Amino acid sequence: MKVELNVNGARASVEVEPRTTLVDCLRDNLGLTGTHTGCEHGICGACTVLLDGEPVRSCLMLAVQADGFAITTIEAVAPAPGELSIVQDAFCETHGLQCGFCTPGMILTAEALLRRIPNPTRADIVSAISANICRCTGYGQIVEAIALAAKRMAGSNVPRETAPGEPA
Amino acid sequence: MSAPANFKFVETPRRVREDRRFVAGHGRFVADLRLPGMAHVALVPSGHAAARIVEIDAAAALAMPGVHAVLTGAELAAAVDPMMNGLDTPNVRRFPLAVGQVRYNGEWVAAVAADSRAGAEDAAELVEVSYEALPFVLDAEAALKPDSVPVHPDHGSNVLLDRTFVWGEVAQHFAASQHQLAFRVTWGRNSTVPVETFGVVVAWDPWNEILDVWASIQMPKYADQIARALRLPANAVRVHYDVDVGGSYGVKRGIKHTVLAAYLARRLNRPVRLIEDRLENMRAGDAHGPDRIFDVTVAFDGDGIINSMKMRALDNVGAYAGRAPFQLGKPVGAIVGPYRIKSVEYRAVSVTTNKAAQEAVRGFGQAPTNYAIETAIDRVAAALGLERIEVRRLNFIRTDEFPYLIPSGTRYDSGDYHTVMDKVLAHVDWPALQRERQRLRAQGLLAGIGISACLEPSGGNSSFEPLLNPKNTTSTWMESCRINVDALGYVTATIHTTSSGQGHETLAATVIGEALQIDPDRIRIVRPDSLASLPGNSPVGSRMAIMLGGAAFHAAEKLKRKLIRIAAHQFGCAEADVDYIGGAIKQRGGPGQLSWIDLVTIAHRNFHLLPPDTEPGLETTHVMQVPTGQTLPTADGRVQMYPCHSFEFHVVLVAIDPDLGKPEFRRYVIGHDCGTVINPAIVKGMTLGGIAHGIGAALLEEFVYDDQGQMISQSFMDYVLPSAHEIPEVEIVHHCTPSPFTVLGQKGSGESGYLGAPAAVSGAINDALAPLGIVMSKLPIRIPELSDAIAAARASKQKETA
Repeated sequence: MKVELNVNGARASVEVEPRTTLVDCLRDNLGLTGTHTGCEHGICGACTVLLDGEPVRSCLMLAVQADGFAITTIEAVAPAPGELSIVQDAFCETHGLQCGFCTPGMILTAEALLRRIPNPTRADIVSAISANICRCTGYGQIVEAIALAAKRMAGSNVPRETAPGEPA
Repeated sequence: MSAPANFKFVETPRRVREDRRFVAGHGRFVADLRLPGMAHVALVPSGHAAARIVEIDAAAALAMPGVHAVLTGAELAAAVDPMMNGLDTPNVRRFPLAVGQVRYNGEWVAAVAADSRAGAEDAAELVEVSYEALPFVLDAEAALKPDSVPVHPDHGSNVLLDRTFVWGEVAQHFAASQHQLAFRVTWGRNSTVPVETFGVVVAWDPWNEILDVWASIQMPKYADQIARALRLPANAVRVHYDVDVGGSYGVKRGIKHTVLAAYLARRLNRPVRLIEDRLENMRAGDAHGPDRIFDVTVAFDGDGIINSMKMRALDNVGAYAGRAPFQLGKPVGAIVGPYRIKSVEYRAVSVTTNKAAQEAVRGFGQAPTNYAIETAIDRVAAALGLERIEVRRLNFIRTDEFPYLIPSGTRYDSGDYHTVMDKVLAHVDWPALQRERQRLRAQGLLAGIGISACLEPSGGNSSFEPLLNPKNTTSTWMESCRINVDALGYVTATIHTTSSGQGHETLAATVIGEALQIDPDRIRIVRPDSLASLPGNSPVGSRMAIMLGGAAFHAAEKLKRKLIRIAAHQFGCAEADVDYIGGAIKQRGGPGQLSWIDLVTIAHRNFHLLPPDTEPGLETTHVMQVPTGQTLPTADGRVQMYPCHSFEFHVVLVAIDPDLGKPEFRRYVIGHDCGTVINPAIVKGMTLGGIAHGIGAALLEEFVYDDQGQMISQSFMDYVLPSAHEIPEVEIVHHCTPSPFTVLGQKGSGESGYLGAPAAVSGAINDALAPLGIVMSKLPIRIPELSDAIAAARASKQKETA
């Protein structure tokens, strides 16, 4: 069946089976392979995307259910090709990753957290990322990255923007 | 160590170059590949622990639209050779699909190839397999008995390996010691379980007769093994190393997946993709880890000096041999841990059972062994009423004793265990930590401190292969690097492996930049495919800092020597009379001076200016042999197993609410010494990640089989990976004892944390439980078992006092 999706600020018309999950649709139909599948049963969080700015698991959602939401994937986070967002840059600064497989989900979760809570405590950060499994880092440098991003955002003189895909 | 300790780039906080593409979602993982006409594979699993395959009816599956093939084990086994066994066990035959008989629950019986993965799964459900159930065995001790059901009847028994080593005067040391104690500890079957499952994409080009392979792989000699099984010339297999691997930590070996997909690709004449789903991965990815019972006896004196140790390690390897039994061999290289134990009897036993096959797991058997050794130290302290710290202090090898020869033949390179321990104790304020434990206990909590001290052998020669398989004569485990400077003066270097998060591009660039004194960020690192690669052995056994770092350093030194030769020739002076400074060369005590680009131009364009017998261009390669890897094992099984030995010392404070039974970390400190650190952020990440993995092994993770041989922890709801909630903030106390055997003094760090965390966590819980008289001697120590044990102990205490 045909479904109209709003992905990263653009309309996309895709032909999917009713049973196609959102993650399979993003990866297979739209070629957005930055969203990963780790468990396909809603535990690991590697498939995290933002729906109207909130993190959701795209393996637990059908593509047809995503009609009407603004979907943001990792591909829309970098402000320009080769240029990193503050959160992405903070992950590079603290080396908040190793293999990079869970990273897109972590980055989107962090972006959503910092829009909701600009000055998170360690407990806020831990709670936000606790639904995303990272097997490489033991989370230490991820927590550091998010705290660093919060600090840099607070200190930056760039006007706060809405989330990509979020209504302005 | 030949380089100056004043580093410009090494040991400095520099970014990891790989990170940029990953934070943007631009990694290139195997599942991201799309080839035209690609077929997708789904597997038909066995529902039995053991059964004869009577018939496979694929008619309904083949009638489904979009289905190209249903492959059975019989067809595949007729066309390919069995996969390689590590041990000399020719009758333990292993094919990618079960042949005639299934040997564990979930084992792949047939493979369906279809236009889509969903279509292949639908068809796989329609494959009708009739079985005749057979008796099975799950328990290692039962499997060891002579009358046990054999998993491989042709092999005659379940015993793959049973070898006893005696190193030193064990009998004499036992007889002369004042005390002995014996205990059993059990290491539960867990694994590394990367978030990305294993995957492979294969394409066969019949006109060039070449097999292209893209895989989520971390496997030494991968291309060779594929070629051998498929009966192809090795130069007809081209493995692409520019695939990002979503975590591995040892397990992503994927030979069976690749042989299966490759056979289908050739038969169907189209690209084939096999990406495990999570269930396939957990149940039949053949990627479980050690499943091990240790029986340990130690002989010691009243002052706490441990003289000798007897250890039997019984490993339940699962249904097939593979490389996994070698995991009983690696620990031989650090069988006494950081201690001056004078003699050891080590019996290594590996048995087959009807569980999934094992694969290499981070530490290759060292973490379970360390858990057994550290338990011994704690038990000796308890038996003598001594402080656990003091028993370690007494028995540690002293820094002035290095290089130190242990009874099993390895000479430890360097270390300063006493200093690392003292630094950690000062950092935690040891008396204050003990007071905190007392304060928690006074609040009604169970509180305990855990300690572990252990080694990370790194950079080895795969000497466990000849040690455990007399037909194997491996004495090198080389790694290589090639550096090319182009005509414009830019530097490009090659590495010859995939990476799964270890930052090898950063490693190579940093080392080359250090040697050539140029900014590592200006050095390009590329990964040729396997046919264009120099010899290498993939990132296993914490070896890449030592071996890739070493190869890159030596290649850079060769390049520098060539530049010096060219310059000295221009200056008309001796090579000893020039200085290499930041890429330029100056004549000492003379006017000669050539810049980097001058030298590059001479090499690339001015053959008439080159010294005699000099090849034009600026390219050097180095194939590096393992430092210290010179000889095969002796007849009594002594061998230099690894060149380098990193040290870690953990101190953990745990509190348990006795009503809940849930261990909570109140403090976690690790002292870590891996010699010279090439990139601090990478080593920190490895250590923290290893601790998290070790906490999982200690408290949460186990592949559990029920008494019918069904695996019941096959999703992430049942096999629990630690989340950010379970992992405490870890404090790292850094120390550096350079290795004398490596170019920069570096040692390995890829397994750090994991090697000591399970022992430390177990020690903390047992310290917390000691007042109740409870001893937990099996990992993982799960909340239900813990709370049940606490409840039972409290009930019996109440009875006593009533």
